[in-house]
Amino acid sequence: MNTIPNRQVICEVLTAAAAKDRDIVVLCSDSRGSASLGPYVAAHPGQFVEVGIAEQNLVSISAGLAACGKKPFAVSPACFLSTRSMEQVKVDVAYSGTNVKLIGISGGVSYGALGMTHHSAQDIATMGSIPGMRVYLPSDRFQTRALMEALLADPKAAYVRVGRNPVPDVYREESVPFTFNKATLLQEGTDLTIIACGEMVHAAKEAGALLADRGISARVLDMYCVKPIDRDSVIRAARETKAIITVEEHSVIGGMGAMVSQIVCGEHPVLVRNMALSDAPVVTGVSKEVFDHYGLTAGGIVKIAEELMRLA
Amino acid sequence: MNYKELTSKSFALRREVLELIYRGGGGHFGGDFSVMDILVTLYCLHMNVSPENQDDPGRDRFILSKGHSVEALYAVLADRGFFPREELETFSRYGSKYIGHPNNKINGIEMNSGSLGHGLPVAVGMALAGRMDGAAYRVYTVLGDGELAEGSVWEGAMAGGHFKLDNLTAIVDRNRLQISGSTEDVMAQDSLDDRWAAFGWHVLHASGNDIASLDGAVTAAKAHRGGPSVIIADTIKGCGYSAAENQAGWHHKVPTAEQYEAIKAELEERRVNAL
Repeated sequence: MNTIPNRQVICEVLTAAAAKDRDIVVLCSDSRGSASLGPYVAAHPGQFVEVGIAEQNLVSISAGLAACGKKPFAVSPACFLSTRSMEQVKVDVAYSGTNVKLIGISGGVSYGALGMTHHSAQDIATMGSIPGMRVYLPSDRFQTRALMEALLADPKAAYVRVGRNPVPDVYREESVPFTFNKATLLQEGTDLTIIACGEMVHAAKEAGALLADRGISARVLDMYCVKPIDRDSVIRAARETKAIITVEEHSVIGGMGAMVSQIVCGEHPVLVRNMALSDAPVVTGVSKEVFDHYGLTAGGIVKIAEELMRLA
Repeated sequence: MNYKELTSKSFALRREVLELIYRGGGGHFGGDFSVMDILVTLYCLHMNVSPENQDDPGRDRFILSKGHSVEALYAVLADRGFFPREELETFSRYGSKYIGHPNNKINGIEMNSGSLGHGLPVAVGMALAGRMDGAAYRVYTVLGDGELAEGSVWEGAMAGGHFKLDNLTAIVDRNRLQISGSTEDVMAQDSLDDRWAAFGWHVLHASGNDIASLDGAVTAAKAHRGGPSVIIADTIKGCGYSAAENQAGWHHKVPTAEQYEAIKAELEERRVNAL
């Protein structure tokens, strides 16, 4: 089992990049520990800004730096960054067009028993509804690296959400298929399509294998690019398979599943089932317990897939 | 230009604001008229920014944090040549980029604002960038006094003080009125000196509708080392039209035809008398 969390990979990428590019600045809101930023701060103290526990300030200061040619990465728990700072993201980043990369760490239900204050089950909805903001939820450490390399070379704002704990590898170090802003096809299939993002991709991949054993041919897509969502892959899935399941660590309202449903309804209606967190405070537990509780597991996906195959 | 000429210009530019609001059918009259002398002082006497150097990384930066006073900024920017005055005829019209709050699609405007409480923290980021790059530029932002109730202002103030950003100057347009009435009744702002000083700021005062007084305060702010400066500029809301002065009701009032003529006449008189 992999022991490297995605946030650590982000720190590694930024530490290496900042050595070559003096304009890279990492900012945090008393979150350098949570963000595994220790090595970055040690290597580049002059390219690091601590703003204290003040997430609105974090985003506005980042925007000011970006407006003067810096390339800021604002790193803060996803729960605070995506809701408390939402207006700063809307006005100072997206509307003003500043190149700020917002890195939401310990996202989703990573903080487990700390409760709803610390869960970010609304970040796709909040960040995604802002014109000019892009939203990415990478699935594993290898894809996180590929995504961060792509974002380093890109001059526009984006929000990235990663979890707190190490997650199982979806890809292999020597094989990380990645096209920026295109979903990654993990398994070809003709009966139905499973579209997942973030930490749910691993469960979707497992479900694809389990379904194959049961004679159901499932296409599995890693939709790490939640916005801009890969419309073409979604439309192809609707045309070429009989049903679609979306799986995400987010509220069922306003998430990736809602975006997929909107596209499918408008382009080629097929049955779509959104697997997500319910519109209620999340049950207490560590991530695995929470996912089990809401059926956000390979087994849960298989169950829904079989049901859809009976209906489709 | 000497102070008399700048004062005269300031009344002439209020006339431009009057035209914008009257023809556009909306705007923030009271705050535009209170802030005008501050903007004229910054753009005509202090800031190293012009249409010629607006893309130069070394230019001074300005953010109108009280973005609703954009009509005053438009008048000043047009006067400084950032865009042709005629473009302002589209103000508030369908499809225009000249909207009711600052928009950085317009030459001379650095950041979008309009939601209060954003300008100071963004200015802190700009000042930090300048320090990191060893650049000589200065960063200015103008806040409203009602705006000081926004908590994010004080997050920015805290950071400006903490980082000792002596390349940063904030100016408070202290006209003592906001949309609902007196700032002291809505949410008291007095002891402002103590508040800013407690956050590590060098506090200066100016008579905010007096160009000579403003020039002195900005000059002192630029000379101050070791931390950011704030200028509490005591202004008169609606300054330039006697019937609107110190009247909260003129916060975003659109003048009637009769008022329009009266304002025009008084501004012209004051423009001439200033010389």
